[in-house]
Amino acid sequence: MIRVILPAHLRALARVAGEVKLELEGQATQRSVLDALEACYPMLRGTIRDQVTGQRRPFVRFFACEEDLSHESTDAPLPDAVATGAEPFLIVGAIAGG
Amino acid sequence: MSHVRILVGTRKGAFVLTADGKRQRWDISGPHFGGWEIYHLKGSPADPNRLYASQTSGWFGQLIQRSNDGGKTWEPVDNKFAYDGVPGTHQWYDGKPHPWEFKRVWHLEPSLTDPETVYAGVEDAALFRTTDGGQSWRELPGLRGHGSGPAWQPGAGGMCLHTILLDPGHPERMFIAISAAGAFRSDDAGKTWRPINRGLVSQTIPNPTAEVGHCVHRIAMHRSRPDVLFMQKHWDVMRSDDGGESWHEVSGNLPTDFGFPIDVHAHEPDTIYVVPIKSDSEHYPPDGKLRVYRSRTGGNEWEALTNGLPQSNCYLNVLRDAMTVDSLDPCGVYFGTTGGQVYASADAGDSWSPIVRDLPAVLSVEAQSLP
Repeated sequence: MIRVILPAHLRALARVAGEVKLELEGQATQRSVLDALEACYPMLRGTIRDQVTGQRRPFVRFFACEEDLSHESTDAPLPDAVATGAEPFLIVGAIAGG
Repeated sequence: MSHVRILVGTRKGAFVLTADGKRQRWDISGPHFGGWEIYHLKGSPADPNRLYASQTSGWFGQLIQRSNDGGKTWEPVDNKFAYDGVPGTHQWYDGKPHPWEFKRVWHLEPSLTDPETVYAGVEDAALFRTTDGGQSWRELPGLRGHGSGPAWQPGAGGMCLHTILLDPGHPERMFIAISAAGAFRSDDAGKTWRPINRGLVSQTIPNPTAEVGHCVHRIAMHRSRPDVLFMQKHWDVMRSDDGGESWHEVSGNLPTDFGFPIDVHAHEPDTIYVVPIKSDSEHYPPDGKLRVYRSRTGGNEWEALTNGLPQSNCYLNVLRDAMTVDSLDPCGVYFGTTGGQVYASADAGDSWSPIVRDLPAVLSVEAQSLP
């Protein structure tokens, strides 16, 4: 079980409160987590990664275990603590503006 | 008793303003989608409770929202705007080729007859259509592909397709406008397009009378006379009497012919409204006086409408999609400002009062007249 924490605007869009819990088959990677998230919450498609290119939106970041994973390969395994649900996978709207 | 519903898009959410036919007391609902930019909302002429909204964010991209109950509840629909085929390039600010990249939806224009069909004008400039109520969007590629696309350049606000006019007399005909490419017309329901910019003169481009490259800000028509078009260009207010085949200037005695919105009275096809703005670098009214100008002669002769509008220390702007009219009698006129006010006139512009004063900067205003 993967725990995902969404930014407030995306929680409102998906109509969820608190963490989202996802069951994954296979290895936990950024891509597999986002695939599962978008399958459960189709309204999130395009808000975290571009629907055409699949690339992370520039002002969205992925954090876990106090590390910025945003620039890791989308197919790299996530830390074991995320894969086991001990730690959440955080999707963050980056600080932007003054 | 008739009612009016005003749909307001702002930098930080949408608001729905409603009143009875007197248009004196208003109920205000919102913010809907708080924190998101709402570039445009518009209702279907065929089903006024079917609304569509363009919701965007620098963080989370583009969403399209749909309401089936006049804006009380909303549901997100498809938000995938993929250009048809290999997108190709347009010109960038430095004159170099730049790939077409989808950024946002500026304008949503529902079909005059089918609530499931909507046209979307997007940045980078292209026209999309849904025929299933927003469940899927497809580009009408004939516009970008008609030939001049590689020469288009963005205006300061981006290369946006911001105006979509559907001709009620000729269902196959539609007009669109792009900053800074110009105006275009299709006579076959969007399959093929051609520029309609003859008569426009723009000193801001190397060839002032070029076929494309003009910074058209807005076009308006009266549904009873769709061959007559009115245009607010970057500079100049223009008129066409032949469906855009040619244009002539009707700026007349305006204090400045720069501005963004232009609209037509609901019952008087020769009564038009603009909001003169001092210049393209000073995006505020001349002399700090907010004045709507009305022409009852289809242009050239203009009168300032000031009753109820601030006449000192006013330095805001009125954006291209932020003025509209209702179809009651007398005709109501509405506009929103970058200062967050939405002004209403229930007497065709003779007098004005603010419905609200302190919204986020207003991007768009649309009126619906309801039974």
